[in-house]
Amino acid sequence: MLDAHPFSALPPGPGVGYKAQYFQSIMENPAPVEWLEIHAENYMGDGGRPLAQLRHLSERFAISVHGVGLSIGGEGPLDPDHLARLKTLCGWLNPASFSEHLAWSTHDSHFLNDLLPLPYTAATLTRVADHIDALQEAIGRRMLLENPSSYLAFDKSTMEETAFLSELSARTGCGLLLDVNNVFISATNLNLDPHAYIDAFPLDKVGEIHLGGHDEDADDHGAPLLIDSHGREVADPVWSLLHYTLQRSGPRPLLIEWDADVPDWPTLAAEAQRAADALAQVPA
Amino acid sequence: MSVSQDTFRAALLDSARPVPEGLSDGHGRPAGARFSVYRNNVAVSLTEALEVSFPAIRKLIGDENFRGLMGIFLRQHPPTAPMISQYGAALPGFLEGFEPLAHLGYLPDVARLEQALRESYHAADAVAIDPAELQNLPPDALMGATLTLAPTLRLIRSRWPVHEIWAYNMEDGAPKPSGNAQNVLVTRPEFDPIATPLAPGGGTFIAALADGQTFGTAFEVATQATKGGGEFDLTPTLSALIAGRAIIQIRPGDSP
Repeated sequence: MLDAHPFSALPPGPGVGYKAQYFQSIMENPAPVEWLEIHAENYMGDGGRPLAQLRHLSERFAISVHGVGLSIGGEGPLDPDHLARLKTLCGWLNPASFSEHLAWSTHDSHFLNDLLPLPYTAATLTRVADHIDALQEAIGRRMLLENPSSYLAFDKSTMEETAFLSELSARTGCGLLLDVNNVFISATNLNLDPHAYIDAFPLDKVGEIHLGGHDEDADDHGAPLLIDSHGREVADPVWSLLHYTLQRSGPRPLLIEWDADVPDWPTLAAEAQRAADALAQVPA
Repeated sequence: MSVSQDTFRAALLDSARPVPEGLSDGHGRPAGARFSVYRNNVAVSLTEALEVSFPAIRKLIGDENFRGLMGIFLRQHPPTAPMISQYGAALPGFLEGFEPLAHLGYLPDVARLEQALRESYHAADAVAIDPAELQNLPPDALMGATLTLAPTLRLIRSRWPVHEIWAYNMEDGAPKPSGNAQNVLVTRPEFDPIATPLAPGGGTFIAALADGQTFGTAFEVATQATKGGGEFDLTPTLSALIAGRAIIQIRPGDSP
């Protein structure tokens, strides 16, 4: 492609979620990994190893900064201190991409360390759009917003999640981060068709795709309940859903997320190779 | 009106509260125990963060007690910022006031030492002085000098053998704690903080330097603090500061 993708400066190849223990392996032989994603909140100290590693990595790799704590869906205003920290990080690092979640995590200045769900209503849409505007203004760049994994639904929701995300993108100009594992989890948990979700998703706005592992559980009634654990290999039906998605979207930067029971580098690199293989089958 | 985030948060942190109304399971039934996924994520992720940050406390009271204790702590002191690797600064104070563990009086200071190590890990980088700068200073100029200490430096002053207790739980082959009070210096020579027990007077000496007192005044107050032990032995404390790359500037005093 001659033109850069409008929603991502990341290469349309495999990336992985970075952990400090991978530093040496990545610097020696990163193949097939082409880019790295970091969690913004882990690089907000004043110095030391985390920032030193990140400076080294950013000289060789495109970096995606993935925020997990801004609480874009929060009922209250965004935390100005946290906006300032994100601005500082994006300022010195100049990452290829910045992304956050359609979720809330902070209320009354208490941070709950989880991505909590939102009702899809006109009022939520206005509030989230305002928060995206504020963030994009603060960091001086366009963000990608990620679809959540859902365990329950709000009776008061009046919009489909896909329509909600489309409208947010249209109002704010933000791109979208499509987490295919989250789509599979939400569809299973809420009795929806994951392919219909992909069909309804505005794939032209997708600047990055996430893949991760999930755990299988059951609810009180014995219905399957998938948990977004990021603690194992990507499940086979999620790879299938990825193929379905890539056939429609074309190649995209593809991230393997593995955040719990973190594997050794060869195991993670093998997952990234699977992502590379999936991309190789996609018509450009 | 949909379930507010206030209601949602209250039910997340208190399992005795009912699951908020207006949430369903996608099969036309109330969400019920599905809400527990969020309750579980919050409690487990915060407890795991505290396990990473306070491994010696965990070892001292055991896994099960630690999880129970952190369950109480995280509900009384939820994080106030999203940098989860920095969560838990309130733990020493919480332990101080936690009556059921009052018989383990050293726990708060062990937690302070672990917190100091973590703060040092994330503290700003700074370039240490060349030790020759200190050695080459004429004695009078040295005594009148003030030192700037590194942002990575922390000092723990304890009436417990806090370094011995910490080391006994964290290092293979460390001797059993003896029982003498210890002051501990935390420094970060490069990226990994180290904890060094200080000789008598060492804590007073470093605290005076950090307070902006001259080298000579710090030496005097350290000698006074070394009750009956004779003159303050500067060598081990100064060596620990130098080895820890903890002195980043010397401003020589005016010669008298």
